[in-house]
Amino acid sequence: MLVRKFKEFVIEKLILICGLASIFFVVLIFLFLLKEGLAVFKTVGPFKFLFGKSWYPISEPAQLGILPLILGSLLVTLGAAVISIPIGVGCAIYIAEIAPAKTKDILKAGIELLAAIPSVVLGFVGMITLVPLVKNIFHLPTGLTALSGSIMLAFMAMPTIVSIAEDALYSVPKNYKEGALALGATHWQTIWRVMLPASSSGILAAVMLGIGRVIGETMAVMMITGNAAVIPHSILVSVRTLTATIAAEMGEAVVGSEHYFALFAIGIVLFIISFAINVTADLFLHRRQQ
Amino acid sequence: MKNPYRSQKIAFFFLFLATLLIVIPVGLIVVVIIQKGLPAINWQFLSDIPRQGMRAGGIFPAIIGTLYLVTGAILFALPIGLLAAIYLSEYAKDNALTRIIKLAIVNLAGVPSVVYGLFGLALFVVFLKFGASILAGSLTLGIMILPVIITTSREALESVPQSFREVSLSLGASKWHTIRHIVLPNAIPGILTGTILGLGRAAGETAPILFTVAAFYLPRLPKSVFDQAMALPYHLYVISTQVPNVDEKIRYGTALVLLAIVLFMNLVAIIIRTKYRKRKKW
Repeated sequence: MLVRKFKEFVIEKLILICGLASIFFVVLIFLFLLKEGLAVFKTVGPFKFLFGKSWYPISEPAQLGILPLILGSLLVTLGAAVISIPIGVGCAIYIAEIAPAKTKDILKAGIELLAAIPSVVLGFVGMITLVPLVKNIFHLPTGLTALSGSIMLAFMAMPTIVSIAEDALYSVPKNYKEGALALGATHWQTIWRVMLPASSSGILAAVMLGIGRVIGETMAVMMITGNAAVIPHSILVSVRTLTATIAAEMGEAVVGSEHYFALFAIGIVLFIISFAINVTADLFLHRRQQ
Repeated sequence: MKNPYRSQKIAFFFLFLATLLIVIPVGLIVVVIIQKGLPAINWQFLSDIPRQGMRAGGIFPAIIGTLYLVTGAILFALPIGLLAAIYLSEYAKDNALTRIIKLAIVNLAGVPSVVYGLFGLALFVVFLKFGASILAGSLTLGIMILPVIITTSREALESVPQSFREVSLSLGASKWHTIRHIVLPNAIPGILTGTILGLGRAAGETAPILFTVAAFYLPRLPKSVFDQAMALPYHLYVISTQVPNVDEKIRYGTALVLLAIVLFMNLVAIIIRTKYRKRKKW
């Protein structure tokens, strides 16, 4: 009996420890990024790092300004948001409100499949199909542009937007909808004037999480945006994002070099962006539930 | 006056259009990869090592490498994730700590995959001196899929009716006994779904393994967990961007094998979930 009690005591403590593991890992990730990344500020000031206009990490002396990379990420993300938000929210409304039950199940499974396609596969497909298309349509010297990246990344944001926005629409109380219909509103008037406002914070969270996914995306963006670390002046030029810079250059950076530290500092920037997005989105989702 | 039924028709048409704009490209991507990749698939492609600078031969080491990585990741993530889910569903009270844990899970799920790569490099490869190895890559992937496993397992555990627990407790079983013999067995399909989804995610990710394990070209199988290994997603990246003049057939073939593995796992997960929902007795 005593042995059994002891065994249960041990198991319950183990469960508690594992319950805390997520907090532990988030903190651990942040600490290790700080440990390796903060060293770069011995050589460049934080302001010069964030707003420096040139990124030449291996020239002598190295120039470590990540403004071109930040702008590259922003441009690609903005493009992807413009494409994915209307399409994603529209599709969510269609699935939640209009599609018949059977179509709904098929569409949901399809969206799930899209979410499952590995980003390197999407990058590969984009490289072979989309990039030449963009090149020909706009008569460009290369199709590896921010626009190509935006289109491909829109497809990575859509599954997130659709599934969370659909949840938000689904959780609007039934009597809101019935009330509006009973007053003689058409189905579309009900959706537009009642359902959408009632689920707005959930839809906002969906959009934010979708954008968060785009900012953090690495492989597809590295394969199709052309990787030119210059400040972009249009969406039809090559850009390089924060994520692609890390992925492309870490292989060559010597452990403990300035370049290595700088790439970790970019990691800190990305971590903070994703942390801010996720916490805010969670607040919106939480508010909806109350 | 504007006709509300006509505006409804127009609006619904655009919503339908939006849905098509997602569904058709997805369908096209899958169809094109199958159509162009299928001719490349034969026994030799699946069982041979890459030859002639990866321009010929097969992708066997990459398949095996991915298999090892995925196994390692799940061995690490499943026990921790499952126990964490049990904590959240059975033990956690509605307080600030639980709130913080949930927020941490959301954040862990949102960390960009390349940042996981950096973290794995700093902690496992450099700090713990594992070197670029299967061990370092598996642990990195394991931490990455932890949120998937925790979230789905927790949902499965929470969907077991409260009355099951009450009956068991009222018969004198202890709390752990109840979880072990009543709650867990009833939640297994859901946990399985989460595990498979985690496997699929781990198999497809490239960025976390870039600096922690992936070998550019390694025409033999890894011998221990401290060896580097090739992996399918990284191999696809390499032959489509780093090596010039690779036959398109080989690229599509590799993409097809990777896509097939990932989609197969997701399909299995979806099937388990639907079957289970239909059979549910409560």
